[in-house]
Amino acid sequence: MPLNPPVDEVHILWISEGMSCDGDTVSLTAATQPSLEDVVLGLVPGIPKVHLVNKVLAFETGEAYLTPFRRAAAGELAPFVLVIEGSIPNERINGDGHWTSLGNDPATGQPMTLNAWIDQLAPRAWAVMAAGTCATYGGIHAMAGNPTGCMGLADYLGWDFRSQAGLPIVNVPGCPIEPDNFMEALVWILQFAAGRAPMIPLDAKLRPTWLFGKTVHEGCDRAGYYEQGDFAVDYNSPRCQVKVGCWGPVVNCNVPKRGWMHGIGGCPNVGGICIGCTMPGFPDKFMPFMDQPPGAAVSSKLLTGYGRLVRTLRGFTNRTMDQEPRWHHNGPELTSGYDPYFSPGQDGRKELPR
Amino acid sequence: MTLDVTPQRKLVQMAWDPVTRIIGNLGIYTKIDFDNREVVECKSTSSLFRGYSVFMRGKDPRDAGFITSRICGICGDNHTTCSVYAQNMAYGIKMPPLAEWIYNLGEAAEYMFDHAIFQDNLVFVDFCEKMVKETNPSLLARAESTLAPHAAIHGRRTIADIMRALNPFTGEVYREALEMSRLTREMFCLMEGRHVHPSTLYPGGTGTVATPQVFTDYLSRLLRFVDFTKKIVPLNDDLFDFFYDAMPGYEKVGDRRVLLGCWGAFQNPDVVDYRYETMAEWGRAMYVTPGIVVDGKLVTTSLVDINLGIRILLGSSYYDDWQDQEMFVTKDPLGNPIDRRHPWNQTTIPRPQKRELEGGNYSWVMSPRWYDKRTGDHLALDTGGGPLARLWVTALAGMVDTPFVRATGKSVVIHLPRSLSSGEVDLEWKIPARANTLERDRARAYFMAYAAAMALYFVDQALQRVHAGDVKVFQEFKVPDEAIGCGFHEAVRGVLSHHLVIRDGKIANYHPYPPTPWNASPRDSYGTPGPYEDAVQGMPLFEENGRDQFKGIDIMRTVRSFDPCLPCGVHMYLGDGRVLERRHAPMFGAGGHDEP
Repeated sequence: MPLNPPVDEVHILWISEGMSCDGDTVSLTAATQPSLEDVVLGLVPGIPKVHLVNKVLAFETGEAYLTPFRRAAAGELAPFVLVIEGSIPNERINGDGHWTSLGNDPATGQPMTLNAWIDQLAPRAWAVMAAGTCATYGGIHAMAGNPTGCMGLADYLGWDFRSQAGLPIVNVPGCPIEPDNFMEALVWILQFAAGRAPMIPLDAKLRPTWLFGKTVHEGCDRAGYYEQGDFAVDYNSPRCQVKVGCWGPVVNCNVPKRGWMHGIGGCPNVGGICIGCTMPGFPDKFMPFMDQPPGAAVSSKLLTGYGRLVRTLRGFTNRTMDQEPRWHHNGPELTSGYDPYFSPGQDGRKELPR
Repeated sequence: MTLDVTPQRKLVQMAWDPVTRIIGNLGIYTKIDFDNREVVECKSTSSLFRGYSVFMRGKDPRDAGFITSRICGICGDNHTTCSVYAQNMAYGIKMPPLAEWIYNLGEAAEYMFDHAIFQDNLVFVDFCEKMVKETNPSLLARAESTLAPHAAIHGRRTIADIMRALNPFTGEVYREALEMSRLTREMFCLMEGRHVHPSTLYPGGTGTVATPQVFTDYLSRLLRFVDFTKKIVPLNDDLFDFFYDAMPGYEKVGDRRVLLGCWGAFQNPDVVDYRYETMAEWGRAMYVTPGIVVDGKLVTTSLVDINLGIRILLGSSYYDDWQDQEMFVTKDPLGNPIDRRHPWNQTTIPRPQKRELEGGNYSWVMSPRWYDKRTGDHLALDTGGGPLARLWVTALAGMVDTPFVRATGKSVVIHLPRSLSSGEVDLEWKIPARANTLERDRARAYFMAYAAAMALYFVDQALQRVHAGDVKVFQEFKVPDEAIGCGFHEAVRGVLSHHLVIRDGKIANYHPYPPTPWNASPRDSYGTPGPYEDAVQGMPLFEENGRDQFKGIDIMRTVRSFDPCLPCGVHMYLGDGRVLERRHAPMFGAGGHDEP
């Protein structure tokens, strides 16, 4: 792991021209921990000064907007973090055409493909991040039957890719990214750049471990219903949704625990089946989304006997716990068990010990 | 009498690619006559193809709402909602009333969020102090000395103070709008689970747990947004009125023949049953009225008429025609013939190729048009960015009558209750003289208030149900082996339709038509330019910069006024200013001739 000199100023070159809906950029504007303006205005301590270049939030347009990208490609702008949003199409299968592009190639006057930009920028990037499931693993546009042959960034650059700072691609999946998940990963990279954080911990799929190390189910507030074998049979129910399509038990994601934004919303915790949108196997391996996952049929069946028994027993205990103690009353006698040893008087109470 | 010889026109190619502060890949290619300060030609291109209608074939139709949400990263939920509407028709579902109120509340929050962030954080950068200083220094000087008429309401003394508040990241209105965009997204998540791809919407209803808490959590946030709209609408009025006053002729910027379409939004649960046969009736019961306005006249408010008239034309896009492909639907359930160029019968066949801006194909966007059977024209309807068409149609139709929003036949009155900083306020949006850049933007501010006011009504209706013990939000259904369906909705930036054909229980054909193909379409097979092209072509330029420093601000304002969203696009690129040596004398037919 190379030792990097601390960086005090960094550009974030964000390209959302993958096969994407720009939903990850939009999601980023919902982040609050920290917010985009906190980062851009330099309010977060311990990170370099940040220049964000992103199409949706840019002041400039056209060539003026492209200037930092062109300079970075020519080696005149460093260091920069390259963020790719959207899946990477296969531009080798479409003749003279293009599937997606950003601006024009000055040499030909034709659209300059995303792939050409990645080829020029990735080798010079201080760090490379993939935002959202399209960029990380291909996502929705890479679905079976797709005409564009698209894939994730690591499929394109190679899973062993290393950036100028010696980092692998940092994958933050999610369709779209959960806003604060991405921000946390970005802030870690920026703290690392400032020399104030170690190398970001990533799993084999290049995801930050603290964000994607647990399953949806492990953080779901409906998991208690599961344990008791108490399952929703349609979407009217607040119970566990594994029988109506929820893949939560086998999906790496923290959303039910974190909420969607500011702790609000989410997926199975608020009645939305987990369709596995953070996973490399998304979407094909989770479709049809509204059917019971095959694994859930087995586990929910096994649980049914045990779960019912537990639920029954807990029901007894719950009813007991649901009653106030019998000494809460306004009767003439105190029945709390109190021993009034300190109280003088003629009504049978003892005097205070001396 | 002296012969008035029109000066020869020297045209300069100018392009902006990518156009920023929008969603998706958009390029705008123009030819400009700088001597006469006029845009002579405009072409709008999108360089992104993703292929939804291709890869959805053969999939389980229930997956369509989850998949089509991914078309759009800012209004994906509009797609899910529209898909659910289309599936409800195909499966024969009437959703529980509470589910309808939850959809309406979620979609209202989406309009509030999206209009707030797009207008105040993306569009307004074109009107901010930093930008105006670069493009129109003398206008900024005048703004410094012009008092804002509604200063007492919004707190900015002069127009220049407003412009300063719009500066990116440092301006107070800019930052407040970002906050509001989050607050309204929280409201959205309360109803639809996640923004921007919802988790809790299903054909047949929703999984949102209808506790009193989700509605009171929504309402408490809504009241803060109501307070915000009371200030932001007058601020918009002050800013745009100043542009008209300070730059006479600015009304011609982005001006276009009034050809507006609105497909309706917010179902009325008492009326909607999702049957095609009754579609015209339940369409008219929507809380934003569907309809088409041609030259200021309301042509129809029937969703059936709207549906039958949709035509998808090629012309300048990178696709092969489907003339020899299978027809999926020959008659609608009412027996009306369905055209081969209708989305039900479309087969998408992508054909990637070189971009040819001169006389060839130059966009991944096709050209949706509406066939006007009265004249035989294929009308290039636009959406006015969404709000302009919604308000115009709703106002003319005069059908919406609720405690907070009322259509009068020539205006829409929006009643806002007491909130933190003021008492009750009535805002009235009046049908403007033109459909131009500033009116598209102004309507957006008013529609934020419209959505907030309707949400007050929806939350009340929903809570009444919950208080009465009705918490049913989902209706069970079976997917038929063979069926067709169509859904009509308003995406934030305008008309949205989904057309679905099911065979053997699988998707045989699925074609979503979002607003941007309507607005951003290239020249069609009849040579008719798309609305961006049409609005920019022939427009005057007010930017003070000459050719060398030209930013194209008036063109950018015009394109952005349509709220481009091209994952379903235009790129503007400022080219190197190559001078075309083509000159012509366009006016005097007898004496005019092209010179080499």
